[in-house]
Amino acid sequence: MSDAAPAHAPRIERAGLSGRLRPLIPWLLVPAAILLGYLGIWAQASWPLLEPVLNEDGTLRTRVFDLAPFDVRLSSWLTLTVSGLAMGMMIFVMASGLTLVFGLMDVINFGHGAFVAIGAFTGITVLLAFPGLAGAESLAANLALVGLAALAAMAVTGLLGGLFERIIIRPVYGAHLKQILVTMGGLIVAEQMIHVVWGPSEIFIARPEMLKGALTFHGAAIETYRLMAVGLGLAIFLAIRAVLRHTTIGLIVRAGVQNGEMVEALGYRLRLVFVGVFIAGSALAGLGGVMWGLYQEVVTATMGAEIMVLVFIVVIIGGLGSVEGCFLGALLVGLTQNYVAFLEPKAALVSDIALMVLILMWRPEGMMSAGGRR
Amino acid sequence: MLQGVDLDVPAGEVTMLLGRNGAGKTTTLRTIMGLWKLRQGRIGFAGQELGGMGPSAIARAGIGYVPEEMGIFGDLTVAENMRLGARTRRMRQDRIDWLTAAFPALGTFWHRPAGTLSGGQKQMLSLARVMVEPRQLYLIDEPTKGLAPAVVSVLVGALRQLKSEGATILMVEQNFAVAKALGQNAAVMDDGRTVWSGRMAELAGDAGLQDRLMGLHLEGHR
Repeated sequence: MSDAAPAHAPRIERAGLSGRLRPLIPWLLVPAAILLGYLGIWAQASWPLLEPVLNEDGTLRTRVFDLAPFDVRLSSWLTLTVSGLAMGMMIFVMASGLTLVFGLMDVINFGHGAFVAIGAFTGITVLLAFPGLAGAESLAANLALVGLAALAAMAVTGLLGGLFERIIIRPVYGAHLKQILVTMGGLIVAEQMIHVVWGPSEIFIARPEMLKGALTFHGAAIETYRLMAVGLGLAIFLAIRAVLRHTTIGLIVRAGVQNGEMVEALGYRLRLVFVGVFIAGSALAGLGGVMWGLYQEVVTATMGAEIMVLVFIVVIIGGLGSVEGCFLGALLVGLTQNYVAFLEPKAALVSDIALMVLILMWRPEGMMSAGGRR
Repeated sequence: MLQGVDLDVPAGEVTMLLGRNGAGKTTTLRTIMGLWKLRQGRIGFAGQELGGMGPSAIARAGIGYVPEEMGIFGDLTVAENMRLGARTRRMRQDRIDWLTAAFPALGTFWHRPAGTLSGGQKQMLSLARVMVEPRQLYLIDEPTKGLAPAVVSVLVGALRQLKSEGATILMVEQNFAVAKALGQNAAVMDDGRTVWSGRMAELAGDAGLQDRLMGLHLEGHR
């Protein structure tokens, strides 16, 4: 065999338009959903489009109704869109850790909802402890209090997440059925502990003074708190994305989601990274719990288990291990639920399941499944 | 299952692990790498006992592994794959220059997702990723499998350079022409055990030995 290798000259072929657009399609679904929501609301205002009319000679004819003006329900649409985006952002905050835990170590954690509920109760406890700050008509004071509540919730749920991983998850690595059973058990124990610490009743909470109001825009009342939730959710998404894309730990996490064994074989202690991700994911769930509690203005021990249905839908349609997919999935779920609840309240119950079915029929591994994942 | 592997890999030389499909060659590499648990026996490396160590600790001890299925991270760019192999934020420029000269495709597609590379380019990346930092021992599993002759030649050229650096390599290879060109030593496995080991020249020059060890003439794979 000759030492001189034949030329192996690579060429860069330009991808076709469809090839270049393909990765962007999931990102286009959110504006498409917003547009579809608008069309749905406008069409409802124009309904029915046809009307039977009696002619002078006694016969019937069908008349096309005048379509409603295009901005007939602009205010409803704006309110619903902001509400859907806010709901989506909160679900994303809760789900982001879960999708990485799923992707990184194939761990199915049904106990994730426990951190949502404990985070909410911890945050609410902080809010109730400082009624002066909550009642102050100062945005700075109100935000400082909410920030303190969020930090406390994240600290408690992060710490509990570390213990949960050590005591409950670690003995069942690689055994999915056992993971489902023990993490559900963990969720039940956590709910009962909430009853022990905070009592059996739900706790109603008023938002801090400056977060109660609403802004008026084009006749639409948009709650200040929802805008804050959208901003915070977006900031958290960008921060997670920056960590994943621009840090070594992020690089290891992205690689680990695709092929954990190879990451280990390259010399990285993936277990240690996983523990870190689990703790961060639990802390984010706790933060999501505080946001959700303030959104609903009530916290219950079962709120985590209840929201987990939406969280799992988001993780599945986003693609296991994909933070971007999780973000888009959460926005789609939030928007769909809000629009459908307005247009046809009864259908809201099944709208998210229908969305999941449609997306899985289109991309069975989710919108943005981690490539090459084993 | 391995049941009697007695293998010595001399430092600074290339040892070829040969044998039929299912003989236990890949299992041997994976067990050395700690990806499968060692139940009995011992694996010694540079004065350390590897049995019981995890793959990350074994890698940090100085062993690089190129799996048969390449283990490329398709969503990461070529550069990011290399960075993971280097285990440092700043890769050594002399190594990068060397590798992009040996594998021009990697330089061309440096910022492209590795998943978009061809099979041969992925294999180049898999090999380059482990060569980006000098290792004390390279475990390489069938790097030429299923590749076009032109790509095989590129890989062999790079492995020759690695060999000339005095690297210690244990390589599984089904292509006997490649094995003969690179290997100084050979070990033949069958049914989970080593059935022969010695100098490659001895095996390559004895068609009867090849026939007896594997029931086929390795030269036939040329």
